[in-house]
Amino acid sequence: MKLYGGWKIIAGLIFFLLVVTFPFWYGGLKATPPPDLKLDTPAIGQLAEKRCIEDAAFMRANHMKLLVKWQDLVVREGIRSYAATDGKVYQISLTASCLGCHSNKDKFCDRCHDYTGVKPKCYSCHILPKEVP
Amino acid sequence: MAHSRREFLKIAGISGLGLCLPASTGLISAIAATPAAGPPPKPLAALKAQRWAMAVNISKCKVDCADCIAACHLEHNVPDFGKTKDSIRWITSQPYPVVFPGVAKPRLPGESKPLLLPVLCNHCDNPPCVRVCPTGATFKRADGITLMDYHRCIGCRFCMAACPYGSRSMNYRDPRPFVRKLNPGYPPRTIGVVEKCNFCEEKLARGMLPACVTACRQKALVFGDIKDANSEIRRALNSGFSLRRRPELGTGPQVHYIL
Repeated sequence: MKLYGGWKIIAGLIFFLLVVTFPFWYGGLKATPPPDLKLDTPAIGQLAEKRCIEDAAFMRANHMKLLVKWQDLVVREGIRSYAATDGKVYQISLTASCLGCHSNKDKFCDRCHDYTGVKPKCYSCHILPKEVP
Repeated sequence: MAHSRREFLKIAGISGLGLCLPASTGLISAIAATPAAGPPPKPLAALKAQRWAMAVNISKCKVDCADCIAACHLEHNVPDFGKTKDSIRWITSQPYPVVFPGVAKPRLPGESKPLLLPVLCNHCDNPPCVRVCPTGATFKRADGITLMDYHRCIGCRFCMAACPYGSRSMNYRDPRPFVRKLNPGYPPRTIGVVEKCNFCEEKLARGMLPACVTACRQKALVFGDIKDANSEIRRALNSGFSLRRRPELGTGPQVHYIL
């Protein structure tokens, strides 16, 4: 088999592989430490059982889907309370219910969102309680 | 075994599909895992109606009063851009010939002072804004409120072109710095989103009347269920002749102006 202009092709392939794998060898093997999430807010401190509205594993994986469902329930169906799987009923509100406990958005929400590189648009409209003078 | 080009493409296609499969099944099972809401949650004594409507008693409305506008814009964090073309207005006042172009007479009884009327979203029976909205961001509730889901608005402004009453405003700028006093009870909007009056549905859900109605010291604004023959609004409408804005368009506006 004759490879016409072989060295150009091979050099090109090597260059391509270098560019594609850039994030791996540039970042090296140094692992970014997982985000340090703080749960030490006063509201959480007062809870008898340290539990979110659903269990932590579910919330970790599905809080974004729950919030999308909540926004449709409130705005489109006018349902303003949420019955959790354990039967407790909560007010559907990002700023009152979620941020009521997790009042440290910068040390809880933001740290994980920064780590995973997601940019939720929630707070382009919704007000953080501390923003209100 | 030598593969033909055709066979190679087939295999590549099938393996490509196979790669997509695990991702999509994961997504489906994750959505199914969302716990189903238990018994239907009961709201806290929300005001309910078959058909919400508003009446403006023109004879009671004072010309130089803007209490309703101030209360509404404070309640809903409406930004104040000043008197610019892109100002945001949920409720505003307009001269009588603008509000009723079809029935405006050249000589009005009180000609010396311009007669200003409050104008707001008419929450039409047949709302053109709902029909043109490509994302379903504007929708009609069962109780007659034409509501906006700001989460879904893409800022195309079809609704603004469709609304014959100019009831809708677009946020051409970031509104947050122009909100004078932030009300934590209602989220402000963001740039690129259209907004309008919502008949204070968030207050109705908490058992309160709309902000403009409670703010009006002259009791010129009447709000209620127009399908209920004993409601306050029906009594108000029975008291005299009333007009609606441009009813000939067939939109079925539900803000009535009692003469």
